[in-house]
Amino acid sequence: MPTSGELFRGFFSVGIVGFGGVLPFVRRMVVERRGWLTPAEFTDTLALCQFLPGPNVTNLAVALGGRYRGAPGAAAAVAGLLVAPLVIIIGLGAVYDRFGANPVVAHGLVGLASAAAGLIVATSVKIAWPLRHSPLGIGTAGTAFLAIAVLRLPLLPTLLALVPASIALQLLRRRGG
Amino acid sequence: MSGTLLSLAAIFGQLALLAIGGVNAVLPEMHRQVVDVHHWMSGREFTALYALAQAAPGPNMLVVTLVGWRVAGLAGAAVATGALVAPACLLTFGVALAWSRFRTAGWRIAAQAGLTPVTVGLVLAAALMLSRNTVRGPASAALLLASTALLLATRLHPLWLLGAGVLLGVSGLV
Repeated sequence: MPTSGELFRGFFSVGIVGFGGVLPFVRRMVVERRGWLTPAEFTDTLALCQFLPGPNVTNLAVALGGRYRGAPGAAAAVAGLLVAPLVIIIGLGAVYDRFGANPVVAHGLVGLASAAAGLIVATSVKIAWPLRHSPLGIGTAGTAFLAIAVLRLPLLPTLLALVPASIALQLLRRRGG
Repeated sequence: MSGTLLSLAAIFGQLALLAIGGVNAVLPEMHRQVVDVHHWMSGREFTALYALAQAAPGPNMLVVTLVGWRVAGLAGAAVATGALVAPACLLTFGVALAWSRFRTAGWRIAAQAGLTPVTVGLVLAAALMLSRNTVRGPASAALLLASTALLLATRLHPLWLLGAGVLLGVSGLV
C-alpha cells in the first residue's frame, strides 16, 4: 500500500513526462511499474473517472490516492501530478507574453497550432468511430455537434436538455431490446 | 477578489461540472465565454494557448491555466486551475467510495451509454472550432490534415508532429 509520499512521487514522475495526454503513462506507472492496481482494477477506476465530470486523469489520481490514504493521499496524488506541469506551463505562458509578437515565434505558433488542431481532430475521429453502428448514438452526437458547433448554443442548457433525453432513450432501447 | 477573478472562478467552476468525458468536451464553451462573451482574447490567441498547452507535459487541462494566466496573471492561473480541478476532485473523492455499489447498476450503465455520444458530439465541435481558428490557407489546412492522418494511421508520438509543426511554421511554409 503506497504512502502519501509515494503517491506524490509516482504521479510526479508521470506529470513531467506525459506529453500529449498523461493517461497511458499513468497506466504504465500504476499497473506495470508499481503494481498499485491490477489491470482490471485500473479499467474499473478509469470507468468511474470517465463517468464523472472533470479532467479524467486528475479524477483518477484522486480516486487512487483516496483509496489508499484517504483525503491526504488524494491531495498528494493530485499535487504530484500537477505541480511540475503547472510550473512549466506558466513558464511557457511568460515566454509567450514576452515573445508572442515576435514574427518568428508567431510563425512557429501557427505551425504548432495547426499540428495541435490535428491532435484533437484525430481524437474526435477515434472516439466517434465506435458509434458508427448505432443510429441512436450518431443522432445524439450529431445533435450535440449541431447545437454547439453550428448553432453555438451555451453548453449548460444544451446539456440540461440533451443528457436526460439521451439517457432516457438508452433506457428505453435497453427495455425494448 | 476582483471582478475578473470572480468571473474566472464562476466560468471554470461551471465548466468543471459540465466536462463530461474530459476537458476537450468543454473547449467550445470555454472559447465562447473567453472570446465571445468576455472578449478577453481573440479566437486565434485562444487557439495559440491551446497549442502551447499541448506542447507542454502534463494533462491537457493545462489550457485552463494558460487562459487564466493570460487574463489575470498568476492569480488568474491559480483561480482558473483551482476552479476547474477542485469540484471534480471533491466529486470523485465522494463517489469513489460508493462506486463499487452502483458500478454494475442498470441506470449507471444506461447513463454512461447516454453520456458517451454527447461527449463525442462535443469533442467533434471542439475539433471544428479549433480547426476553424487555425486554418489560414491551404498550407495550414494541409498541415492539419497531415497531422490528423498520421495520428490515425501510425503510432507516431504526437510530440514529433508538434515539433514538425513548429519547424514548418518557423521556416515560413505554413
